[in-house]
Amino acid sequence: MNEIVILSGKGGTGKTSITATLAMLAGSDAVIADCDVDAANMHLLLKPDFGKGHDFYSGELAVINQDQCTRCGICEEKCRFHAISSPGGQFQVNPIDCEGCGYCEKVCPAHAITMQERFSGNLYISQTKAGSFMVHARLDIGAENSGKLVARVKNEAKSLAVAEKKQWIIVDGSPGIGCPVISSLSGATYVILVTEPTMSGLHDLKRIYAVIKKFRIKAGCIINKYDLNANKTNEIKRFLDEAEILHLADIPYDILFTQAMVEGKTIIEIQSPYKPVFQQIWSKLSEQLNHKKQ
Amino acid sequence: MIDHRPLKIAVASGKGGTGKTMVSTNLAALRSQSGSTLLVDLDVEEPNDFLFIPGELVHVSDQFKMIPDWDQNRCTLCGICSKVCKYHAVIQLGTYIAVFKELCHGCYACSELCPVEALPMHPYKMGTISKKISQNLTFLESRLEIGEEQAVPLIHQTHNLVDKNYADFKVQIFDCPPGTSCPVVAAVKDTDFVILVTEPTPFGLNDLKLAVETMRKLGKPVGVVINRHGIGNDDVEVYCRQQQIPVLAKIPFSRQIAELYSNGSLAYQEVGSLESSLQQIFSYIQNTVKP
Amino acid sequence: MKIAFTSSGKTWDSIIDPRFGRTEYIALYNEENEELNFVDNTSVKNDAHGAGTATAQKIFELKPDVLITGNGPGETATTALKHVKMKIYFKANDMTLKQAYEEYKNGNLPEIK
Repeated sequence: MNEIVILSGKGGTGKTSITATLAMLAGSDAVIADCDVDAANMHLLLKPDFGKGHDFYSGELAVINQDQCTRCGICEEKCRFHAISSPGGQFQVNPIDCEGCGYCEKVCPAHAITMQERFSGNLYISQTKAGSFMVHARLDIGAENSGKLVARVKNEAKSLAVAEKKQWIIVDGSPGIGCPVISSLSGATYVILVTEPTMSGLHDLKRIYAVIKKFRIKAGCIINKYDLNANKTNEIKRFLDEAEILHLADIPYDILFTQAMVEGKTIIEIQSPYKPVFQQIWSKLSEQLNHKKQ
Repeated sequence: MIDHRPLKIAVASGKGGTGKTMVSTNLAALRSQSGSTLLVDLDVEEPNDFLFIPGELVHVSDQFKMIPDWDQNRCTLCGICSKVCKYHAVIQLGTYIAVFKELCHGCYACSELCPVEALPMHPYKMGTISKKISQNLTFLESRLEIGEEQAVPLIHQTHNLVDKNYADFKVQIFDCPPGTSCPVVAAVKDTDFVILVTEPTPFGLNDLKLAVETMRKLGKPVGVVINRHGIGNDDVEVYCRQQQIPVLAKIPFSRQIAELYSNGSLAYQEVGSLESSLQQIFSYIQNTVKP
Repeated sequence: MKIAFTSSGKTWDSIIDPRFGRTEYIALYNEENEELNFVDNTSVKNDAHGAGTATAQKIFELKPDVLITGNGPGETATTALKHVKMKIYFKANDMTLKQAYEEYKNGNLPEIK
């Protein structure tokens, strides 16, 4: 089984559109995982049926039992996150600020505080229009800890792939370099970096590469909108050489990608010259992964 | 009575790559022509604004969070610390207590519940805040160390620093992280108005809806800027009309802006229509936000 | 010698779990009496934070001399395990426990230094 994670560091490089296209090429022999849970978009292209839904709980939240509370104020004093306040003498927890550390529970002399699981969103296991399975999620507004949800999405995808004997797990990774990205990387067999020839694109590519290196995972790179800035594209290529990242493909800046998105389709489902480009990426990828196994 | 509170404007977007950085940097630079302006890059995981502001980043300060440090000589190996830590940031390996700085949330529980004070708190570097001054524009960049997993403490600390040292800037613009989770919530805290930058595509609309819901839950007034207007469709405009959300500006799709952006140039200096869009955004906010 | 593996199942033919922190099981093989035992790691796997360090603690308590795994622990867990002088071999992805053990014996698995 191969687990491919697509990452970009910077948003808006076309990561999700490219991931969805690879998912279409993989056909039914894949489980797709949308780990960009902060801004999950892949469902707009792959049209999953939102088949099976679960509530998702993650982390904990302090809850004060007002009947037991003796209003001593120790919890408010100990909380480093300023999550407990006492307007009108009534102690209360602000769920947005509570980090679930449980310190207040430990120090409350009246045992009036309990830690409860926190609702963080919904998780879906669906079937896509390509016949593959898809695990995706929707984070509750302002919910914390999407790193855990990412791990959960990936675990579900992995179990499905094992149970259904699927060859591929294709993961749309989270943006940034923080906790969710690290979660989406763990267990990956290959990383595809999607970048664009802008100063921000290159800057973020370098930052995300520093993270990948720590995980010792092989990586390839797609330069999207490569014709936007020839100098920057060359600079990116030089960086890829130095960092020993395989240059997988160049994709031009083309309004067709937006048109496909507006139709709710990937680029290979509309009239466009890009199907061979993606087929080539796919075969390079298969080659890389088979080679790695020997 | 004259109000001395600064006007704090947040620039956010549900989705990355919609032009948040372009709007923040150009808006701040343009506004600085008519008075001192502060721009703060709070996209701490991927700070990019500095690429567009002329001048070198002057190193200002390392930012620290407090984490416990194991004192082997005092420790009695009672195991309380590893049991109270919900984050597994403190673990006991036989006679060794390992502390993982990246995982620590700084709640102090292990340190203060240790019966023999064997885990005193010490400062640990989680990021930096750097500064650039370009004429009337003062720019602060908040940057998370690579491998550091938590953006929120650094964002809070940056806001505190701004309140303490930069309160005399009457206009403060905050470039926020993308998404709708905790870092954005921390970044828009105490701001007066949130500009949501989106693009007129299905992805843009989907993420805009999430961002609007988040800001409503936080009680923030919002306005939408549609970037790359002309690509995609008009579903975003229809949505804004239905929801009675003001569209502050439509910035037309332009390859020229994209190319200027790719080179780290401030596009408003070259593209007149962008300059008037930005003027429009700023006057709307100034007239709407009553301190 | 005692050898620990991150395992996706509970037999010699189970595939190495490539994940460290969120591994399904920890297998422990004792070369002296040729016994193979499994420890369920579900509780840690479902933890919101710090699965890597929690698993490291669990493995430590089993006191193996060697750990064989797939992708390798993240930086934090590696640091933890280095403190206790355990040898860690990785890149046993897609191998069964049996194959991974043979490869290790033949010196074919890279060590994390």
